[in-house]
Amino acid sequence: MALLSVDELSVTFAGQGGGRGAGSGARRDTKAVDGVSFEVEEGQVVGLVGESGCGKSVTALALMGLLPRKGVSVGGRAEFDGADLLSMGEKKIRDLRGSQLAMIFQDPLSSLNPVVPIGIQVTEILTRHRGLKGEPARKEAASLLDRVGIPDPDRRLKEYPHQLSGGMRQRALIAMAVACAPRLLIADEPTTALDVTIQAQILELLKELVDQQGTALLMITHDLGVVAGLCDQVNVLYAGRAVETAGRRELFAHPTHPYAHGLLGSIPRLDAPRGDPLRPIRGSINDKIAWADGCAFAPRCDFYTMECLTGTPELTEPRARGHQVRCVNPVLPAETSAGTAEVSS
Amino acid sequence: MLRLVARRLLQLIPTLLGLSVLLFLWLNRLPGGPASAILGERATEAEVARINRLLGLDEPVWVQYGRFIKRIFQLDLGTSTQTGRPVWEEFTLRFPATVELSVAAMAIAIVVGIPLGYFAARRRGSWLDVTAVSGSLLGICIPVFFLALLLKGLFAVNLGIFPSYGRLSTGIDATKVTGFAVLDGLLTGEFDASWDAVMHLVLPAVALASIPLAVIVRMTRASVLEVLGEDYVRTAESKGLDKRVVRARHVLRNALLPVITAVGLLTGSLLSGAVLTESVFTFGGIGSFIRTSIDARDYPVLVGFILFIALVYVLINLLVDVAYSLIDPRVRVH
Amino acid sequence: MNATPDSSPKLTKRADKIDRLAQLTERTESTSGAGLWREAFRRLRTNKAAIIGGAVIGLFVLIAVVGPWLAPYSPTAQDWRGEVFPNQGRFVGPRGENWFGLDHLGRDEFSRMLVGARQTLLVGVVSMLIGLVAGAVIGAVSGAAATLGGEPGRRVDTVIMRVTDIMLALPSLLLAVSVAAVLGQSLTTVMIAVGVVQVPVFARLLRGSMLAQGSSDYVLAAKAVGIRKRRIVLTQIMPNSLSPVIVQATLSLATAIIEAAALSYLGLGNPDPAIPEWGVMLSQAQRFFDNAPMMSVYPAVGIIVTALGFTLLGEAMREALDPKLRG
Repeated sequence: MALLSVDELSVTFAGQGGGRGAGSGARRDTKAVDGVSFEVEEGQVVGLVGESGCGKSVTALALMGLLPRKGVSVGGRAEFDGADLLSMGEKKIRDLRGSQLAMIFQDPLSSLNPVVPIGIQVTEILTRHRGLKGEPARKEAASLLDRVGIPDPDRRLKEYPHQLSGGMRQRALIAMAVACAPRLLIADEPTTALDVTIQAQILELLKELVDQQGTALLMITHDLGVVAGLCDQVNVLYAGRAVETAGRRELFAHPTHPYAHGLLGSIPRLDAPRGDPLRPIRGSINDKIAWADGCAFAPRCDFYTMECLTGTPELTEPRARGHQVRCVNPVLPAETSAGTAEVSS
Repeated sequence: MLRLVARRLLQLIPTLLGLSVLLFLWLNRLPGGPASAILGERATEAEVARINRLLGLDEPVWVQYGRFIKRIFQLDLGTSTQTGRPVWEEFTLRFPATVELSVAAMAIAIVVGIPLGYFAARRRGSWLDVTAVSGSLLGICIPVFFLALLLKGLFAVNLGIFPSYGRLSTGIDATKVTGFAVLDGLLTGEFDASWDAVMHLVLPAVALASIPLAVIVRMTRASVLEVLGEDYVRTAESKGLDKRVVRARHVLRNALLPVITAVGLLTGSLLSGAVLTESVFTFGGIGSFIRTSIDARDYPVLVGFILFIALVYVLINLLVDVAYSLIDPRVRVH
Repeated sequence: MNATPDSSPKLTKRADKIDRLAQLTERTESTSGAGLWREAFRRLRTNKAAIIGGAVIGLFVLIAVVGPWLAPYSPTAQDWRGEVFPNQGRFVGPRGENWFGLDHLGRDEFSRMLVGARQTLLVGVVSMLIGLVAGAVIGAVSGAAATLGGEPGRRVDTVIMRVTDIMLALPSLLLAVSVAAVLGQSLTTVMIAVGVVQVPVFARLLRGSMLAQGSSDYVLAAKAVGIRKRRIVLTQIMPNSLSPVIVQATLSLATAIIEAAALSYLGLGNPDPAIPEWGVMLSQAQRFFDNAPMMSVYPAVGIIVTALGFTLLGEAMREALDPKLRG
């Protein structure tokens, strides 16, 4: 039994959301997440990968119960330790949040309250879930800051977020997230807003903490480098759906969905011959069709056939057990990409 | 902290100096000049010349300005042409009434406005929100003196719930200690006098509160809406904190920052409103006095009042700045 | 958006509001204001507040234009003088021949309302224009000096802004009273007095907006391709800085009408009672409020509804032009 098992999660935003009175024509609902399924085992590091707008952050917020209740409808199931997070009462999920489920956000500066000292922002979670108050809470907070590698923690506790550097702030947020040794930690692009040199340190720290506490980590990222360095299992998302799921080695060795294939192929490589052109995926995520009508990636796909436009493709395992691909024309070793391209044209 | 106060005080000097120059020029530009303001419009030329000499108006402008400044520092604001008494004395006599009224109005605006703005933002689009937003729009668009008239006509004249004018009923025997009617009653144990003063305060204070209330509701609502969308509120929620903690520590604490600044800055319009409200309710404060001074072209009083208001305004905003820096650490560092 | 660490709280509410309004154009990327306005107009058409505000203003302007021809009676003739005795508290309310009743001198209130709209609009528009033109000139000089003038230019800018700060520190009503005291009692006085109050508002706004534009990327791009600074100011910065000024002008019309009424109430209004104007009518009628409340209510409602119209439209315009809210 997996620690977290997400089954056909869907999130729909009602049409008028966003700009007040923007009213750009008729109300149209936006399906941000459209039937995502994946699993996270105890102590495992799982990646959710995809470009911006593919629904990975919304998935995380839905799991945490942090989506606004108005104008958002959530479907499917997400079983955490046997209980469904999505249908759970407000009070119950509030008890889970911070203690068993924790989250780290993208932008460390805006994610910290600017007018409250770091110390209070750390101790408040200890007070809430571990009943620590006063001096014991302060001591525990200091040791937490120390564990995440913030030097001189006693001084830092009294300081405000703007007095810390970007890396420090993210460390402080991580300290809060791991304060109650959660069983699942969701990290939403935790390194995107940081300098490259700091990025590696933060990833290292995350890995270390997760290993120490046996915490499972759901890593949300668009950065394949992060995936390669950290994840055991990878889910590639496209337009609100998982299109490929595989172990890290398997995925990097044999990306099989044309999107995953393209994603890996679009990374510039130092060892490539100088004359080789970069191979971007054409178009953008806005060029998509609804999953109900076929494969959302079809308009951008080099391999698509008419078959791709007849309903949602099923998950199959064309290559290896546990390597699931949602595609009718997967990229398999026998075919060269040139060959399939001819078929499609 | 002290350095902040000192720096702000230093910044006041050029502002007040500039203001005094403007006022001085204004005084000299008045129709007929100070002489006719003192003697009335039917003065003969000889009389005007005599007064001009007496007041030193034949001397160079900068000498006159120097004297003007010197007198201000000696709190010598001249003599009221209406009452013949020193302007400063007239002010100190009426000051408590206006302070009492303004404080009451601001208290109403804050106590009602902040929760209303907060809940309007929390339940955006609900009937409460719609009422709060349209009510505050109306509050901004309704002339203060008309609202005062309406309240007086309805609650005082027709329904008789509140008295319609003055600060105390005639039969009430109140000992004067500080001049603040409500406070005096409490100090001397004359609670009936205090209650009477409160009843007299209600209608003018509500009328005067209309504009600050409207502004505070709108600001709080906008500010809370903005803060609710901030990442740090989401972080606080992700920690599973109690709703109350999220609200007080993470939402309100940030959302109230701009509101605090606004409260200080509303003092200016509050004092303008006081002139209008007091005269509707014959409240006997500085506002009523200014109204009659405008009619009587009592320039020494007007100059004194403008200087006084400008001073009050900048001092209150100094206080607000200090308060702000106590709450917002980002300001404190610099 | 968080305040930057070095921003200290602004000294005046209006200054703060203006600066925020000035930022409206900060992040627009268009090189001419036209696209921005076309987009804003498209959004306004679907905005309920804008439609209501626009309708109210349209009706008001229509009455102001054709009102004198619609009025059934002369607004100044005391035709029913014999029926009204203010001293005895005897007034005449609405009736078949006088829809809104009579005023305290026996004149037809309905006709006075219709004719008075024109004067009210005139007071509002002229005072707004006084504030707008004077403020825009001062603001443009200040903004241009700050952008073009180097160190001495910045000094000029600082001095000008100090002066406007002083003006902002005075309660608007007292500023108006001071002006009125110098100029004596007349309609022109009211318009100038109310207009003067708006001068620092517009000046600060335009300057702030110009500075924000001056540091924007497209101006940097224009500089980079070697366009002369003066040309940039005239063809790029100025047109793009005008949006918040136009929004403020709409909002000012509301304040101007309310403030003019307050000045009338303080006895500084139009001394000629023959020309009906809502503010003057209200301040005259309020003396008889206890006996004839409706006489005050008509002009008051006129003022409130008109002010609401301008406020609604102005706020809707501000929202429509706010790049933060655009999809």
